[in-house]
Amino acid sequence: MICIDSVTKSYSGTTVVDAVSTTIPAGGVTSIIGPNGAGKSTLLSLISRLVPMDSGAVSIAGLDIGRTPSKQLAKSMAILRQENHITMRLRVRDLVGFGRFPHSGGHPTAQDEKHILAAMEQLDLTQLADRFLDELSGGQRQRAYIAMVLAQDTDYLLLDEPLNNLDMKHSVEMMRMIRRLADELGKTVVIVIHDINFASCYSDTILAMREGVLVHQGTPAEIMTGDVLRDVYDIDIRIEEIDGNRIGVYFA
Amino acid sequence: MPKTLSPSSASAPRSPGPAGARTGFSLRSLSPKTISPRTLIIVMALATVACIAVFMTLELRGNLSYALTRRGIRVGAMLVVAVAVGLSTLMFQTVTANRILTPSIMGFDALYILIQTALVFVLGSSTLLTADPALKFAIEVVLMVVFSALLYRWLFTGGTGSLHLMLLVGIVIGTLFRGFSSLLQRLMEPSEYIVLQDLFFASFNQVDPVLLLISAVIVALVAGVVWKLRKTFDVLALGRDTAVNLGVDHRRIVTLVLVLCSILVAISTALVGPVTFFGLLVVSLAYQMVRKFSHAALIPIVCLLGAITLIGGQLVLERVFGFATALSVIIEFAGGLLFLYLLLKGSLK
Repeated sequence: MICIDSVTKSYSGTTVVDAVSTTIPAGGVTSIIGPNGAGKSTLLSLISRLVPMDSGAVSIAGLDIGRTPSKQLAKSMAILRQENHITMRLRVRDLVGFGRFPHSGGHPTAQDEKHILAAMEQLDLTQLADRFLDELSGGQRQRAYIAMVLAQDTDYLLLDEPLNNLDMKHSVEMMRMIRRLADELGKTVVIVIHDINFASCYSDTILAMREGVLVHQGTPAEIMTGDVLRDVYDIDIRIEEIDGNRIGVYFA
Repeated sequence: MPKTLSPSSASAPRSPGPAGARTGFSLRSLSPKTISPRTLIIVMALATVACIAVFMTLELRGNLSYALTRRGIRVGAMLVVAVAVGLSTLMFQTVTANRILTPSIMGFDALYILIQTALVFVLGSSTLLTADPALKFAIEVVLMVVFSALLYRWLFTGGTGSLHLMLLVGIVIGTLFRGFSSLLQRLMEPSEYIVLQDLFFASFNQVDPVLLLISAVIVALVAGVVWKLRKTFDVLALGRDTAVNLGVDHRRIVTLVLVLCSILVAISTALVGPVTFFGLLVVSLAYQMVRKFSHAALIPIVCLLGAITLIGGQLVLERVFGFATALSVIIEFAGGLLFLYLLLKGSLK
């Protein structure tokens, strides 16, 4: 369980996350949606200690992120941001291997090797294992990064726009994998996502943010209504039910 | 774990695109795939030993013990400086996740010279000359560590600063320090200024043995710490966010690296004066030679490469050019060209 208690962050006078308090249940997939600049990514960075908060507190599985040593947190929570620049020339295998650092301290055992291979297999990277990152397409690189946090083998997985750079096929595969991580391995996955329909089809809980404030929280059925979405995005979205999933139509 | 993604992804077995082929070419041309880091280290260690042996024995005449002691001190100074400059540059580039900024470019040695100038200005050269060199050195290093930690920490822990901005800030800070130093130098007595000048441009030919011994011990200790942290440095090079995610206490390690860099820069500047581009030159070459990215390989190679460059360069300079010019001039020229090349090539992102 992730407990968020009146977390606030402002950058030079502008409040980007404004006293957000909520609880994200353990297990399952939670999606954070909202328009650009709503503070979704910042909230994820605050939860994962990447950015220090101005006030408030966050605890993950009972660990206060402000007091728990970073190394201990890294064994129960992994975070992947949207943009990752590496100045070094690294092979896919090496990057995924770094995911084991919190456990192995840089001296991988056979057990670590197993996790690395499994993570690469999960993301369909086995054949690319010896390629350098700068030789990959944007989508392949994105998958390599996700494999790294997967190899970290944490109970909590926070992903900032995991569908970034992925085509339709790989987007669907990514969301299916996220679903299975929750269902079969009991992980708690929190994602920031722009596509409300992916959020609707694959999450258990949706958090909707607007201008730094958490405006709605609920199941996809509760959030995927015309009224709620108009409140969040300021546009009229027609909701259709297709095969039991609520789909928003907003293209015309 | 369940196998979730279909293995028949169309994107998987594709051959490297044009971009991949291009980057591959430029790097592979410099370092053949067959040389492992271990072999490279052994070859370079042998080359270093050979350089030292030739330097110590070539045209040895007259009083043997006197000549050997003199040459020994010079070799010692060059080794200490090579390790100090090489390691400080490597660490600095790793924690700032860039391949172009070095402590010297960011004004570290200008800060050290300002501290020395201010000390002479405030205390007078007589106090400084009669003081125990070890004590004086200790005071300088402590001041250096305190000031650089205060000054540079905010720059690198912010996490948002662009590399262009940092480069600009570094150049401005360096110019500011040099300006302050020259202002103080103009204000002081000419005789004091001459003493001060001697402090800055002590070349490899006139190194104080006591100072050298202290420096060697400190550099060895720092090198030990750096070696212990080699795996953490590998993680740090992935950038701040990824390093924090993997459980590295980023703030603590950046502070530690800044402190270690200050110590190393103070030592090399105290021994031989400022060298701006030497570190950049050595570390860039080391990256080209080591194909596998790992600090376990980079650390020894940077040190050995620095030693070979300095000792071999000094040898060539003395025997071939007959002392016509200072080694630092040549190194700065080559390093400066490399710096321009890196800037133009677009390493600065």
